[in-house]
Amino acid sequence: MKPTSAHNAWRFLRRRLPQAVPVVVGIALLNFLVLQIAPGDVVDVLAGEAGAATPETMAQLRASFGLDQPVALQLWHYLGRLLTLDLGFSYRQNMPVRDLILDRLPATLLLMVAAMVIALVLGVALGVLSARKVHGWVDHLVSVVVLVAYALPTFWLGLMAIVLFSARLGWFPSGGMVDVAAAHTGWARVLDIAWHAVLPACVLATFYLAMYAKLMRSSMLEIYGADFIRTARAKGASEARVTLAHALRNALLPVATMLGYQVASLLSGAVLVESVFSWPGLGRLAFESILARDLNLLLGILLMSAVLVTLINIVVDVLYAFLDPRVQLASDATPSAPAQGLSP
Amino acid sequence: MHRRHLLTSTAHASLALLALGAGLPAAVQAQAARSAPFPAGTPVRGGILNVAVAPEPTILTSAFNTTMNIGQVSSKVLEGLVSYDLDLRPVPALATAWNVSPDGLAISFKLREGVKWHDGQDFSSADVKYTLEEVWKKLHPFGRAAFANVTQVETPDRTTVVIRLSSPAPYVLNYINTYGAQILPKHLYEGKDVLTHPANSAPVGTGPFVFKEWVKGSHVRLERNPNYWGRDAQGVQQPYLDGVVFKFIPDATARTVALEAGELDVALGSSIPPSSLSRFRDPQKYTINLDDGRYLSTIFLTQFNVRRPYFQDKRVRQAFAHAIDRDALLKVVFLGYGKAATGPVPSSVVNYYSDDVRRYPYDLQKAAALLDEAGLKKKPDGKRLQLTLDYDAGAGVSATRQAEFIKQSLARVGVDVELRAGDTASYLRRIFTEQDYDLMVSSLHRLPDPTLGVQRLYWTQNIRKGVPWTNGSGYSNPELDKVMEAAAAEADPARRKALIRQWQQIVQEDVPLLELVEQTWVTVASRRFHKTSTQGDGLFASYADAWLTPK
Repeated sequence: MKPTSAHNAWRFLRRRLPQAVPVVVGIALLNFLVLQIAPGDVVDVLAGEAGAATPETMAQLRASFGLDQPVALQLWHYLGRLLTLDLGFSYRQNMPVRDLILDRLPATLLLMVAAMVIALVLGVALGVLSARKVHGWVDHLVSVVVLVAYALPTFWLGLMAIVLFSARLGWFPSGGMVDVAAAHTGWARVLDIAWHAVLPACVLATFYLAMYAKLMRSSMLEIYGADFIRTARAKGASEARVTLAHALRNALLPVATMLGYQVASLLSGAVLVESVFSWPGLGRLAFESILARDLNLLLGILLMSAVLVTLINIVVDVLYAFLDPRVQLASDATPSAPAQGLSP
Repeated sequence: MHRRHLLTSTAHASLALLALGAGLPAAVQAQAARSAPFPAGTPVRGGILNVAVAPEPTILTSAFNTTMNIGQVSSKVLEGLVSYDLDLRPVPALATAWNVSPDGLAISFKLREGVKWHDGQDFSSADVKYTLEEVWKKLHPFGRAAFANVTQVETPDRTTVVIRLSSPAPYVLNYINTYGAQILPKHLYEGKDVLTHPANSAPVGTGPFVFKEWVKGSHVRLERNPNYWGRDAQGVQQPYLDGVVFKFIPDATARTVALEAGELDVALGSSIPPSSLSRFRDPQKYTINLDDGRYLSTIFLTQFNVRRPYFQDKRVRQAFAHAIDRDALLKVVFLGYGKAATGPVPSSVVNYYSDDVRRYPYDLQKAAALLDEAGLKKKPDGKRLQLTLDYDAGAGVSATRQAEFIKQSLARVGVDVELRAGDTASYLRRIFTEQDYDLMVSSLHRLPDPTLGVQRLYWTQNIRKGVPWTNGSGYSNPELDKVMEAAAAEADPARRKALIRQWQQIVQEDVPLLELVEQTWVTVASRRFHKTSTQGDGLFASYADAWLTPK
């Protein structure tokens, strides 16, 4: 990036980041209120699991968790705690919510980033390949692969992957993030984690891969017909240069838009993948906290993902400017949406 | 110190190799060797055991939380006074002997000598007194009832505990294992808030394994306790295993595959669903143990909300009892893992079970006749009654099948059932707090003593709004109340047995809930896994006697 655009990006961030704060607080408020609707609370679940309880214990637990207070007061306390970045205590997991989230976040981030990279690289490659050989057998083959990848339910794909690659072939471990018995350290540990991540990351990537491939194919085809491509060809640029230098960069814009939106859905995809592969991540924790009515924990995870999604959308906006310098980051009035017209 | 242990354990290992097959179970376990799910052989020292427990526990002590999976993990670290054989009779653990006074008002325990906590402190009668008074009696969901009559706990010396009772409480001896009454170290807990104590997640016990780490969402790792008190019949020090790793694998299919792939050695507590058990039928590779959960004596049931006008007529309830084919239910839904139930006390509770009760054989005509008699005649559309049935969808795939089976059975006698699935929290709310349901299905542990495990379902005083697993049907029968209360305080075994028989007869006449199937808890293990003794509470075994065939 040129110095001026870096400067612009910085100015943009200084403006956008404070704007994000009320958005996140609004989401936190909404989350809190929506979750009040769920029937039953964490004490019901704790007592239900224990198999027996007395009204006294249950009342005592509710009082110590603050669940006996009016909702408005609970909300007030919750917002007050948020100001000090205190996410509360998970009564079910017996740990502060922040520690729990920080414990599990790296595993989920690793899975999400790995899946995103696989999906992006393969999706873009397949899309470009398809567009280059449009209506040829390569295009048809890619279409079929993409359709299948798009249509398969993630959990089923995960189970089949375990059955084939772990049980039958024995190439990959069936679950977990590390070989617990081996207790590796250093590089051996990194390799061990990478080994465990292959299946879940690939499974999580399939759906997004299919989407990016489709998106890439259509936007590449659109751009191939654009004037500036014809100009480039007329100037005598090689087909490879036309594709990589001229078309690809422009065609990536819709994919970048999609990427920003999908970070949120990636977390929900992670719920299934993490459960199938016993991956110790946040998605599974979120799901378990819903079933347990562990609202402090759930609110914490939701807040964290709201922050994450907001940040990533800002990053995507900066990315637009990099991909398409016509997008003005610092302009005050226009929203930083991708440019629709593709002619120069 | 370490060196000496290494030497002695090597010596013990070679001793163990010399001693062959027979006569291995220690005196404690000798009487339990009725069925032999584990292949015979000489215990081998070493190896890490990989165990699947589902779902992940929330804490690692069952001293005040009786969730099954907590007991399955914590029983390797913390211990109780006894464990139970296959007939659910107590056998020694931390207590070596016990004695009930003739009037039933005092129970004394002789504790094992020379037992140490994992942090090196001595275990003594003070630990038992503290845990009973401060934890079991105050915080434990069943302990409050089981130890309600305890007036005083005396500790005349370091290895003697005497419990004084206001009236006899014979059921106490049926609930003092590591699942029901786990002993906590007084020196760590005293004066602190027990419920939030950090040791709840990193337990310090007397058991054969020492807690090492708990990676949330992944596993718990335990290592051999080199100072464990346990010795086998040859004097070889236990445990045989170097360690145990509990893996938390939330998906049932993934567990099945992990067991097949050899990444797991044992899957506890029916964590392999019945529909997958056929993959483990090869006895060359796997063992399937059906006795481990006998202590829990779980029964699958359908409960009526007797507050509903039509369920106040007992003929309607009896008609429903005739309309459900228990044998088919057992075959179709439970795939044969279990036994048709005949009453509130399961047949595994051999001491108190009675089959001298009213039976309800599958008989649609009789059911229809009873419904006619009760005034619920068929309407022109062939239906008599429209009802809802609640079930806990969070309890797994089989929960849906169970509910569907009941729905279809009742359809045959003109009762139209609408299924309502909820997750655990909303299901419990609806049944026990809002009491807004017609029928529900659930499975409940009956435990080795009816006073603890069965009375709660029928007792008028246990109709408690908002509290899960109480008398949710709202059934009240003063005559039955009297019988149950008398049985609870009866010191004479024969008279108590007679009272409990009478109790079963009243319940089976009135059927406020339908006892359908005595469920079997299934433990699937690799053939490499062995245990020298069998236990009725094997789900909560210490694994001091467990060993692995080397790979």
